[in-house]
Amino acid sequence: MSHAVQAAAPPSVPDERIARRSPLARLLARPETGSLAGAVVIYVFFYAVAPPFRGLDALATILYASSTIGIPAVAVALLMIGGEFDLSAGVAVTSASLVASMLSFQLTMNVWVGVALALLLALGVGALNGYLVMKTGIPSFLVTLATFLMLQGLNLAITKLITGTVASPDISDMDGFGSAQKIFAAEWDVGGLSLRISVLWWLLFTAIATWTLLRTRVGNWIFAVGGAQSSARAVGVPVRRVKIGLFMTVGFLAWFTGMNLLFSFNSIQSGEGVGNEFLYIIAAVIGGCLLTGGYGSAVGAATGAFIFGMTTQGIVYAGWNPDWFKFFLGAMLLGATLLNLWVRRRTEAAR
Amino acid sequence: MSDTMTEAPLVRLTDCEKRYGTIIALTGVSLEVHAGEVTCVLGDNGAGKSTLIKVIAGMHHCDAGVYEVEGERVRFASPREALERGIATVYQDLAVVSLMPVWRNFFLGSEVRKGVGPLSRLDIRFMRETTRTELHNMGIDLRDVDQPIGTLSGGERQCVAIARAVYFGAKVLILDEPTAALGVKQAGVVLRYIMRAKERGLGVVFITHNPHHAYPVGDRFLILNRGRPLGDFARDEITRERLTALMAGGEELEQLSHELEGAAATDTALGRVAEEFEHEVAELSIRKTPPEPPA
Ligand SMILES: Nc1ncnc2c1ncn2[C@@H]1O[C@H](COP(=O)(O)OP(=O)(O)O)[C@@H](O)[C@H]1O
Ligand SMILES: [Mg+2]
Repeated sequence: MSHAVQAAAPPSVPDERIARRSPLARLLARPETGSLAGAVVIYVFFYAVAPPFRGLDALATILYASSTIGIPAVAVALLMIGGEFDLSAGVAVTSASLVASMLSFQLTMNVWVGVALALLLALGVGALNGYLVMKTGIPSFLVTLATFLMLQGLNLAITKLITGTVASPDISDMDGFGSAQKIFAAEWDVGGLSLRISVLWWLLFTAIATWTLLRTRVGNWIFAVGGAQSSARAVGVPVRRVKIGLFMTVGFLAWFTGMNLLFSFNSIQSGEGVGNEFLYIIAAVIGGCLLTGGYGSAVGAATGAFIFGMTTQGIVYAGWNPDWFKFFLGAMLLGATLLNLWVRRRTEAAR
Repeated sequence: MSDTMTEAPLVRLTDCEKRYGTIIALTGVSLEVHAGEVTCVLGDNGAGKSTLIKVIAGMHHCDAGVYEVEGERVRFASPREALERGIATVYQDLAVVSLMPVWRNFFLGSEVRKGVGPLSRLDIRFMRETTRTELHNMGIDLRDVDQPIGTLSGGERQCVAIARAVYFGAKVLILDEPTAALGVKQAGVVLRYIMRAKERGLGVVFITHNPHHAYPVGDRFLILNRGRPLGDFARDEITRERLTALMAGGEELEQLSHELEGAAATDTALGRVAEEFEHEVAELSIRKTPPEPPA
């Protein structure tokens, strides 16, 4: 049979609507570009105004301060790219170290037993957060706000119940402490500089997260579930498994950070950690993660944490009142958010 | 008609009924999809078009009636199963993840990897190249498959989704209102792709409420009205004008003309409108059932 209109399509139709992007525009469109530029500016700024900031020992201190925020921030960034929040990450760090120290101490066991049980608990909290979010459809902001409050209550109440104080007992003379300290909190003297192992862990986790995001199937899925969950599901991405896995990754790195603190200080205050969840999120956002998901990078989150470390320490080195710190943090957050907004507008302009 | 008619159709739905609780969304609907043919499903909003394709795509089951794929009776548990049988659906709103690059969207959910174990990683070069060539074969020339797919226009995004389904071996391509939100030119691009898919031997189900989009590409036209078939025509059995008129909602038109007549007694302007309506309805002479299903 004959058709009134045949498919007389030319072989190739270059469409004038397709944006041609210059290499510069492409660089600017990378999520972490803004934060890298910001880090350079802030480094130069403190280098100029604060002479003590210039030494390598200052850099080592800054890197350590950055790593305690940067390690959990890597996982929080992945989770945010996957379209979810975790407000319980800050206190989960404290919960993990309290569980590890008090279990080992009360049962007089090798600290590694406590460390392992704390890991199970941290992964369990992550899995619970993820399961509740996926099962109920309640926004993760609310679900993890609830777990945040519950964990905080448990941290304070159980520590008081067991030790009668607000701190966990000192576990530095217990079996296994030495080996655990080597893994989680080793400190080396390199030519008069004190280099902490957590800085290396931070770089390693950032590298693994970056590789996963950009080079693996799971990374593709993380971007997809955060960018358009129902589209991802429609093409066969296991949305629920990806998201629960992301919450558990936050649990894992919260546990790791908790172990770093425990084996650095031997004892943990039960009220610690509150508010840190926002520092993780801020590091991720300064690093280019969109609050709405589907966009961001692990390198960006690491840069965000480094900016955080430089600013906290830089203000001290400059001899200023540390009260200024929060103002700087707020200003940087605002700047980063505006930059992200601009990026998103550009990206989605053609919708 | 073509000789494919003698083989079992890729998809055959017979007397399908689908209810949502007490709402009867479809009843007595039959549909055949043959390789290398475009079957258009037309109907107003709420006519049951989306419900029909959800049944074919494996998202819903018929409450009554028979669903066969290549002559074999089936009952899909999920869209994934339908996909495995080569039935791919492109949903207008679910097509892509806009912030992700074109090539990542193209392979999303079916990523190609190399290496083993923990070193298993995306074969990025292969996926980039394949995306470029596949889109090129469909007639779209992207210089940069790394740009976020959100920077493409709506029509181009539909085309990527279609090219994707074709590449992953779809035999039946279901398109839910792919041209609805598009301007004339972009709709034209999508229509051309539908023809491309047809030429490649796919069976296409093209859902639309626009007869001007359906008529140039369709081989068969199924018109739905309130969940019922209002007609099922081969292309040579119907003119564009009749298709348009039927789409305008034959029965409602008649109803409206009666109502207008009533009102016209008090209003002369309305009277003229009523006359015009009557004229149009008379020209229509609606066939409520198709005459003889073509053998
Ligand atoms: N999930 C559902 N639950 C209840 N009713 C539905 C559902 N989906 C569709 N319907 C009803 O079924 C009818 C057909 O809808 P639909 O197939 O979406 O129409 P179309 O795609 O032609 O606009 C409508 O009356 C609609 O309200
Ligand atoms: Mg619909």
